[in-house]
Amino acid sequence: MSTVTADTALTPAAATNSRDRMQRAARRRRYATNVGAAVVSAILLVWTLTPIYNIVMVSFEAEGDVFSDHLWPPNASANSFWIVLTQGYWYLEYFWHQFGNSVYIASMVTLLVLTIGSLTSFSVMRMRIRNGWVITNAALLTYVIPASFLAIPFYLIMQHYGLHNNPWSVIAALVTFATPYAIFIFQEYGRSIPLELDESARIDGASPLQIYFRIYLPLMVPALVAVGTFALLAAWNEYLYQFLLLSNKRSMTVPVALAQFLNSDVAPWNYMMATAIIYALPPIATYYAFRNRMSSGLTMGGVKG
Amino acid sequence: MTTASAIEFGGPAVRRQSVWRYWRGGLRGSEFAWALAFLVPYIGVFLAFVVYPVFYGLWMGSSPSLYTEVFSDPIYQQTLVNTVLFVAFGVNLKLFFALLLSGFFMRPGWWVKALLMIFVLPWAVPALPSFISIHWMLNGEWGLLNNALFILFGIDGPSWLNSRWLALGSAICSHVWKWLPFWTVILLAGRMSIPQEIYDAAKVDGATGLRRFAHVSFPLLANLYLVLTLLATIFLLGDFNSVTFVTGGGPANSTHLLATLGIRNAFDLANPRLGVAVVMSALPLLIPLVIILMRRIKNTETQL
Repeated sequence: MSTVTADTALTPAAATNSRDRMQRAARRRRYATNVGAAVVSAILLVWTLTPIYNIVMVSFEAEGDVFSDHLWPPNASANSFWIVLTQGYWYLEYFWHQFGNSVYIASMVTLLVLTIGSLTSFSVMRMRIRNGWVITNAALLTYVIPASFLAIPFYLIMQHYGLHNNPWSVIAALVTFATPYAIFIFQEYGRSIPLELDESARIDGASPLQIYFRIYLPLMVPALVAVGTFALLAAWNEYLYQFLLLSNKRSMTVPVALAQFLNSDVAPWNYMMATAIIYALPPIATYYAFRNRMSSGLTMGGVKG
Repeated sequence: MTTASAIEFGGPAVRRQSVWRYWRGGLRGSEFAWALAFLVPYIGVFLAFVVYPVFYGLWMGSSPSLYTEVFSDPIYQQTLVNTVLFVAFGVNLKLFFALLLSGFFMRPGWWVKALLMIFVLPWAVPALPSFISIHWMLNGEWGLLNNALFILFGIDGPSWLNSRWLALGSAICSHVWKWLPFWTVILLAGRMSIPQEIYDAAKVDGATGLRRFAHVSFPLLANLYLVLTLLATIFLLGDFNSVTFVTGGGPANSTHLLATLGIRNAFDLANPRLGVAVVMSALPLLIPLVIILMRRIKNTETQL
């Protein structure tokens, strides 16, 4: 305030002078922050894209070029992709079958997570079953146990159940670890739907099953989409349980097959990276298509990962 | 009041009825049966695939002699050091940079949004391809990193995966690379949930830049940041993929984490009990974390 009065007291020439100086300082500051932002952006781009560039680069390398010094393959060719798509290498002889296994497992997991999660949260939050908090806490506890810590006993009990090399063993594992997240998100999202809706339907004589199908599920669609995307990606991307539980070439999924490459003495890196790209494209597309729904799912429950 | 007196003065028939009414709560007739039926699938999954394996694991790792065997294993001792370093650096680097970057991504402008789209790519790409790619990228002779160092700067880079500390550092960096976008997006959402009026008020009071962060943003984000730290610690303790694919536990089994060493003992050495014992040795750290986190998550829900 005082500077303004001081300025007006000065001669007009001095006033424009100081205003000029202030404008110039502001411009310089803006320039400096912009340069800073540009530097941060450049670092972020290099950091983020280098490993991904490496996948793409290696997948375009020709047969003998993998073991040479270069930043872009001298004889770039898309031959590796053709080899993968036509299953033209002995590690890839069941590629499409394995791709189908991955699709089957991911879709079953999504379906089951959505069904079990929504039924549970409907019973606990909408029907307010007595002591429902026990279920909520059991789910919370499952959510914070690292899945890899349970892998060894899980593998052994799957042998008890006689499910070794059966896709349903993997489906069971993935449903077990994804449903708690679903229950949280559904419970959190369900708070925004007034209970009076259920209440009035109940007075009109609707059965719980009708309320579930006609009122609850239609209103929960945003949460169902968010959780469905999460479950689909989690199941498609998971490795450890699929590796432990599926060891047969015909029952294994794409990530397990991909990791098998590493066991061979001379790993054909170009085929491997081409396989990796084909494996990664569906989840990337799903991710970007449902990105906003997913991040609203993250914020819905506060911090739920 | 009425139920209490019924229990005191009523016969066994009345008591049974009031217990029944207690369990039914406000549900009428067949509704209680429906509510229970809706819970059956999850209870089934929980009993068959959580309770049974947990108790089976506890039973497998219940013999004390296993632990003398585990603790005297030099690989296990190295693994313990690795796990502590992995948690200390991994969690803090990840969350610290996520906090800074979430502030960066609050900047206006289309190109910041475009950059965010690219920045979340590591999270969108499945773990396996990226980690395998990083593994090959760090190859001392043919990897992209050393090629780039040589072609651009004329430096002969080290063989990243042949020394314990470089390999462990690479694994930590890979983990940070993969999960940084995830935590940044969560913290970004946390920042966005701070009402603009608070910033406007701070602006009137003359708080900008670092002072605004220290006195306005951070206090509001502190609880979230703490919960995320705990959650990140637990997730990181269970991380199997980054070490398995970036270093493979090598060189000479010197970069294992508890999770990967457990799997190695159980399957490569075909000794599941020894593997369970390795994992169980993380419980003294894990259980307090889980208890604090479970309490904190409930508070955060109401705050955010």
